[in-house]
Amino acid sequence: MWTYLQVELYKIFRRPRTYLSFVAITALIGVIQLGLLVDGKEYTEFVMADFANTFSVDGKILNGYFICYIILQLLLVHVPLLIALIAADMISGEANMGTLRILLTKPQSRTAIVTAKFLAAAIYTLLLLIWIAVLGLFVSMAIFGTDDLFIMKSSYVVIVKESDIFWRYAGAFCFAALAMLTVSSLGFFLSFFAENSIGPIVATMSVIIVFTILSTMNIPIFNIIKPYLFTSHMITWKEFFDFKVNDANEAMVGSIQYPEKIIKSALVLIIHIIGFAGASILLFRKKDILS
Amino acid sequence: MHLFNTRKIVVALCFFLSSLPFAKAQEMNSLVAKVKAKLDLVNDYTAEGKMKTDVAFIKAPIGRVKVFYKRPNKFKLQRDGGISILPKGGISINIGSMIMSDGFLAIDAGETVVANTKTRIVKLLPNADNSEIILSTLYIDEANLLIMKSVTTTRASGTYEMELSYGQFAKYGLPDKVLFSFNAKDYKLPKGITLEFEDTDQATKNRLKGKKGRVEITYTAYSINKGIADAVFN
Repeated sequence: MWTYLQVELYKIFRRPRTYLSFVAITALIGVIQLGLLVDGKEYTEFVMADFANTFSVDGKILNGYFICYIILQLLLVHVPLLIALIAADMISGEANMGTLRILLTKPQSRTAIVTAKFLAAAIYTLLLLIWIAVLGLFVSMAIFGTDDLFIMKSSYVVIVKESDIFWRYAGAFCFAALAMLTVSSLGFFLSFFAENSIGPIVATMSVIIVFTILSTMNIPIFNIIKPYLFTSHMITWKEFFDFKVNDANEAMVGSIQYPEKIIKSALVLIIHIIGFAGASILLFRKKDILS
Repeated sequence: MHLFNTRKIVVALCFFLSSLPFAKAQEMNSLVAKVKAKLDLVNDYTAEGKMKTDVAFIKAPIGRVKVFYKRPNKFKLQRDGGISILPKGGISINIGSMIMSDGFLAIDAGETVVANTKTRIVKLLPNADNSEIILSTLYIDEANLLIMKSVTTTRASGTYEMELSYGQFAKYGLPDKVLFSFNAKDYKLPKGITLEFEDTDQATKNRLKGKKGRVEITYTAYSINKGIADAVFN
């Protein structure tokens, strides 16, 4: 299967479309960084307008950690499109080109072939996320420097000590990897149902967009279904940046406010990944390949 | 003759009684002046300490702070390599800001006990109509000429309360610990800005309800009258 994985990775990285995603990520992050470098002060003043009426904040708010937090907030909504471009093309692309039948003439089980394809899509997804981490976190740290992380939530403010941040980003990126792998596995699963790439890519994005809208609308009827939508769990990475306080309101450095939320959401996402990947393998083993 | 003497005594008594408040005011002015004179022994100081911000809707770690003061009114508090949040309003967390430098009326408001110390309550009223401070109440330990507590009402920023405890730097009137209390307004930011879509849970909502904000600074070291450049306060 290792050989098949190499072949699939070779196919992915031979296509210009793959690098388009990396270029798009670079451009998006670059634009955000440039904007905040030029007008970051105005941005922070706008966000903190209400807070600044009562408090004066001293320190370097616009630092690399803060920029990365903004980037993650914005990008993790849009990156699924770039992942769908590849993952939703894995089977349907070959079906479209008519190479799927030729592929299956190789002396390998269908399970090994489809698993190699899934793993290749997963590796692409992880590489994209690593690229986001490199540009979003490390380049931002180099450009903007580091300091405590100042996060404004809708009901309260959190200041994470500089020495307490990095492991939280490691956790957040690992969680984001699960979220993006869920998108990847959904796209991969949908790619079985079409013989051209456009359909599964659009279908994957449609699912993400509809679910995200349902997750974000604070309407009672939607609140009932929210826990069952995987998009509701994709944003749980933010929980890494909230810590516990004791009765005297003293921050407990190194703690997480709701670790159970992270575990629950991670389990939901893992179940989705296993579900979509398992269903894809089952479907592929029984699929009547005509193209 | 007898009637004439009685009248004289009554008039003298009236004069004496009517002059009592002024005598008291003089006494209070003198007490405040003595406290101020003690504080004036310090031309400048640098202090290191730990700051704890206790505001219901702010989660902040305890941080190391460095404080700079230079007479008459230069004060700067900076966090050692981090972000600090302080309540806004003209008053800095320093003892010098509690006493109006001039143009005030001191009124005796009785005695009370603050932190097991008998204190004199002195209310300071500014003479100027447009003063930022409307009223300042000081709780002064008369024996040691130390301000144990102050409650300051400002025109723009509400009422602030400072409680002070003293240790080895009491002879300079400098506290080891300052507890600064203020009324914190409610905080709410639109979810569209924070990009947060989950509702805050009930336990957190309860925790955030109507609590006074407090900033506690515990000083660990003072460096007094060593000279500080004005550039430090820029």
